[in-house]
Amino acid sequence: MYESAKFLAAGDSSVFMEFGNSISPEINAKIRNLVKRIETSSIKGIIELLPTYRSIQIMYNPLEIGYDELITSLRELESSLHEGDTEDYRIVEIPTLYGGKYGPDIEFVAEHNNISVEEVIRVHTSTDYLIYMLGFTPGFCYLGGMSDKIATPRLKTPRPLIPAGSVGIAGSQTGIYPIDSPGGWQLIGRTPLKIYDPSAELPIFLKAGDYLRFVSISEKEYFRIQKEVEAKDYKVNIIINGEVRRNE
Amino acid sequence: MNRIRFIKSGLFTTIQDKGRWGYQQFGMPVAGAMDNFASRVANLLVGNDENEALLETTFMGPEIEFDCHEIIAITGANMKPKINGDPVAMWTSIPVSKGDKLSFESAVTGLRGYIAFSRIIKVPEIMGSKSTYIRGKLGGLEGRKITNGDELTLGEKTLSDTGTYIPKNFIPIYPKEYTLRIILGPQDDYFTEEGIQTFLNSTYKITSEADRMGYRLDGPLITHKKGADIISDGIVFGSVQVPGSGLPIIMMSDRGTTGGYTKIATVVTPDLSILAQMAPGTTLTFEKADVYESHKIYKEYEENISQLKDFMKNYRFEFHNNMMFNLNLLGKKYSVTVKELIQE
Repeated sequence: MYESAKFLAAGDSSVFMEFGNSISPEINAKIRNLVKRIETSSIKGIIELLPTYRSIQIMYNPLEIGYDELITSLRELESSLHEGDTEDYRIVEIPTLYGGKYGPDIEFVAEHNNISVEEVIRVHTSTDYLIYMLGFTPGFCYLGGMSDKIATPRLKTPRPLIPAGSVGIAGSQTGIYPIDSPGGWQLIGRTPLKIYDPSAELPIFLKAGDYLRFVSISEKEYFRIQKEVEAKDYKVNIIINGEVRRNE
Repeated sequence: MNRIRFIKSGLFTTIQDKGRWGYQQFGMPVAGAMDNFASRVANLLVGNDENEALLETTFMGPEIEFDCHEIIAITGANMKPKINGDPVAMWTSIPVSKGDKLSFESAVTGLRGYIAFSRIIKVPEIMGSKSTYIRGKLGGLEGRKITNGDELTLGEKTLSDTGTYIPKNFIPIYPKEYTLRIILGPQDDYFTEEGIQTFLNSTYKITSEADRMGYRLDGPLITHKKGADIISDGIVFGSVQVPGSGLPIIMMSDRGTTGGYTKIATVVTPDLSILAQMAPGTTLTFEKADVYESHKIYKEYEENISQLKDFMKNYRFEFHNNMMFNLNLLGKKYSVTVKELIQE
């Protein structure tokens, strides 16, 4: 982590506040704390904030605030952050049906790592994954914390269409496809939850700083949850400030 | 119900407004009109909020049949608009009658045209915007481009009896070569000094891989110090990415929110309206500005639009008070329409 943030202008109406040049939970935690501070601050002219792994991009209206004034205000907010400032965090349960046609690559992942399919599921569900950022496509979460025991390279030839909700592994990353899209991840399961639902009041309910906890479900439960999700009756299980499980 | 029907869709026609702001932290791209100036002026000419949804056409405009009276305005690329086969002016309010057909040819200058409707386009707002985001299959008309036979419903509104126009010196000229003003960074320190000089002193051509997401450029290679990859971070309209190939890509309206390539520079906002009108084969050079100069440029641009708004308020004509003259000049026939300005 840098001693204090670097400011990098990105055009006439955005500036990066960069906190380091690595991916770490500490940098990410600082970003989330500061995002909250900026959102509740009285700095004028801020249009939108985009927190990523190691920076916050601040979009602003140059008619309302000058560059120097903006930087000064942001510096002040940064220096007012205290060591160990913590915020509430959520652990969001993602019910997932592993294997079969929902996770056609799970056998390959097991073979590649010399473990059983059951062990792949156990390892994948025993860690909570921090959402470092969202990007790429609507609702796509960049997750950290997957165990190397199930790390598997991408498919040699990407699939033309991967259904929304598919849970996959690419190298040492895991993730969920929020929309139908082509892709090369090894698919190990699928969640009946809609990670991205344009018809919902809150189309994307996950946010940076949440942890995801995958929970193995049966096919019967999958269909039950899917039905409830369609009827907008399903309540996602969210644990506030629970104990986060780190990978072994 | 007030309706319009697309006899022909045109090459690539979508519904756009100022874009889907406020959701980038959820990975939602902004989308929105590519040409900020032309789209805002089109809306203002029909009395709409400048950020209202309108049609964005590309190179070859659509053919539209009106099922209602309407006031429209056509701005941006010149695709030789016609109503019932007769040429009509751009950058002015135009009254249209039920049964009229609006048609276009291919663009003679510029690339993207805008058609604004006084009775705004009725499509659902998704996350605060009607903009079509094709890759996400959302917004606009069912998340897709307009196709032949599509119909759009317009809102209910009493149409104004008066229209307006903008003075000729405010109408942009779309060039074949243009110098974009840029601010270096945020990752200019990832490039060799030679790489930066190459970027600032070379001419780049817009390739055929140029769409609403981004423009790939061709020209001298820009060298990195060590590698073109960064830890993924944010991208804005006008970010100039340079991947390992050394060839720049300028990110446009439908850009993804984040990316993992080095960004050598960012184009100043007002120049993006011109860039949006530049077609494959046209050429670009880059000129360095600092952030303070860029704010001055931004302010001048917005002041220009404020002046236009004042003008449009003060210079209005009555639609039904037109006089038409048929002239014979040098053996050719001309039809000239004269509009009487309303006296204050």
